[in-house]
Amino acid sequence: MAFYRAHILVDTGTAAVLKGANALRTALVDEIKRKGLDKEIKVVETGALGLAGAVPAIVVYPEGVTYANVTVDDVAEIVEEHLLKGRQVSRLVYKGDTPSVIKSAENCRSAEMRVVLKNIGVIDPTSIDEYIAMGGYEATAKALTTMSPQEVIAEIKASGLTGRGGAGFPTGLKWDFTAKADGDQKYIICNADEGEPGNFKDRLIMEGDPHQIIEGMIIAAYAVGAQKGYIYIRGEYQQSVANTERALDVAREMGLLGSDIMGSGLSFDIEVFKGAGAYICGEETALLASLEGQRGESRMKPPFPPTHGLFGMPTVINNVETLANVPHIIVNGADWYSNIGTQKSKGTKIFSPCGDVQYPGVYEVPFGSTLREVIFGMAGGIKSGKKFKAVLMGGPSGVLVGEEALDRSLCSEDLNPGAGALIVLDETKCVVDLIKNCAQFFAHESCGQCTPCREGTKRMVEFFNWWTAGAGSEQDLKLLDQLATTMALTSKCGLGQFAGVAFKSSIPLFEEEYLAHLVDKRCPAGICEMDKVEEEVRV
Amino acid sequence: MKSCNSDCCVPCEADIVAIVDKCGRTECNLIPILHELQRSFGYISDEAMETVAAELGITVSQVHGTATFYTLLYTRPQGKNIIKICDSPPCHLQGSKAIQAAITKALGIEPGETTLDGNFTFEVVSCMGLCGVAPAIMVNDDVYGNLTAEAIPEILDKYAACSCCCGEGC
Repeated sequence: MAFYRAHILVDTGTAAVLKGANALRTALVDEIKRKGLDKEIKVVETGALGLAGAVPAIVVYPEGVTYANVTVDDVAEIVEEHLLKGRQVSRLVYKGDTPSVIKSAENCRSAEMRVVLKNIGVIDPTSIDEYIAMGGYEATAKALTTMSPQEVIAEIKASGLTGRGGAGFPTGLKWDFTAKADGDQKYIICNADEGEPGNFKDRLIMEGDPHQIIEGMIIAAYAVGAQKGYIYIRGEYQQSVANTERALDVAREMGLLGSDIMGSGLSFDIEVFKGAGAYICGEETALLASLEGQRGESRMKPPFPPTHGLFGMPTVINNVETLANVPHIIVNGADWYSNIGTQKSKGTKIFSPCGDVQYPGVYEVPFGSTLREVIFGMAGGIKSGKKFKAVLMGGPSGVLVGEEALDRSLCSEDLNPGAGALIVLDETKCVVDLIKNCAQFFAHESCGQCTPCREGTKRMVEFFNWWTAGAGSEQDLKLLDQLATTMALTSKCGLGQFAGVAFKSSIPLFEEEYLAHLVDKRCPAGICEMDKVEEEVRV
Repeated sequence: MKSCNSDCCVPCEADIVAIVDKCGRTECNLIPILHELQRSFGYISDEAMETVAAELGITVSQVHGTATFYTLLYTRPQGKNIIKICDSPPCHLQGSKAIQAAITKALGIEPGETTLDGNFTFEVVSCMGLCGVAPAIMVNDDVYGNLTAEAIPEILDKYAACSCCCGEGC
């Protein structure tokens, strides 16, 4: 095997490619060859480094120096200075919290701690050899050859792992339900229908380290006795579909999927199912309907999927991030895992701060880190020197919080992180405009099946259209608040139940801003048009 | 394969049956079948839905119901290039309305419309998971992020209709 004195990792995630990462990679390879260094230095394409705001980016090893916003014009200088003369090109060195540095579990309170993301940007996601070299498939081997299915479930239960898709249900308990349920056929489904605006963490895992998910699913299948798995990826994520399918093919070739995996007697295979564009399919029963070829309409619960899921059979449905945690728990043990995080929220959580922050991206921190640490520590605070105003936690179905929440802990016992989106607003943004946009989103995505959600989301948009046109009245606020409560109590699934949550949470924080729109007919931020009167728009 | 006069193809029954066979003759393969039909023929026609229903032994209304539910499936002909702009909160906050206006100005069409020459269809969609580079658009499978209104004409030029008369879309 060839020995290289240096490796250059080139971020070729979706964000980087659109800013010219492929041309950058080609230029690097050419320049290295031109200088006669191609026998000493290897260029490796990796998934996204999680630096969405600073791509194209490269990391040079063994030093581990990250260069951000690199263009083709910088290539000659980097090769000449860094690779030939050993001097770093300081003007390009990334100043944010360098994600390629893996920090230890012990002193991680305020820093990023990469467990699930540890390989992202470090390995070539298309190479199973690199994944195995980083300890990949060790967990599968350990679980399948040294543990009983019951021991696997006990380990996951003891770790305290909970669902990372937003609901936070204990994973071990879910697996236990399916393991104990009767059924000739059982299924493992990975929910990769990441549709909640502001979330782009699952995409990073699938594009940067897809084998982790496969491993998590194999271990889950062994634990519950499933024969078939599906990864339901949203149709918009072309790159995720491609990388995951390629990883599945290689795993199958190596005998990690198929019959009698590692001589354990487990026969299990996985298929990618490409979604067709519907936010509602992230809801687990709607996802099942979609997998069965139907409209993505949610179903009544109970019965719950762990006992009555796909085709009526016992089915485990876990989020991408949840499954990606599983191999690490099996290898390092439940004790190690449950020491990370807080009393009730164990392990790490991946956040995707976006909006008005300096470095939007994907960051993994232990539960219990504060909102301030993520937004100001990792994402670099508010861009363009403006002031922080609010953050929408988890996306449109989450709550809006203001400055008073910055020092709260991100965990289930304090500030619930949802799926991890942090949509940050600076002082120049209008809260009424934001919540109107959320209402439009839900009205567009409602499946139309149940009345409270179908009609309620439409009425919400109608109210906001009035308010932002200058045709609101003070009593509207109370009326819409009541409507949101009704929707939360009577809608069939989470979509309608959570459609009014952001609005309700925003009233006490920004009542003045609402009243400015409703009573004074004025948008303090100057964003809403406010150019009509009541008679024109309200009939 | 029968071909019509324009650059699209009208699927004949045998083509559709071949796709059904390739994806598998069960109801649960309906969405993969519809994806495949659209990839081959640009959209899913009423006739294609009828054939699929007959082949799978399910009702036409069921196929129609599924095909019309999902935003990535088209049951009417679309432009050669499909421009999708996100207007969910992260893109909205970063000024997606201005990008939308720039596209409308460049092409003379509103969201939901197709240009007269059939080269572009323009639509507003929900989050595409590109929040880290908001505001973002997709043209077909290509992603463009961190956009400004000024960047739009140059991007659209890349997909401009061929002005020569070879009819090959060169």
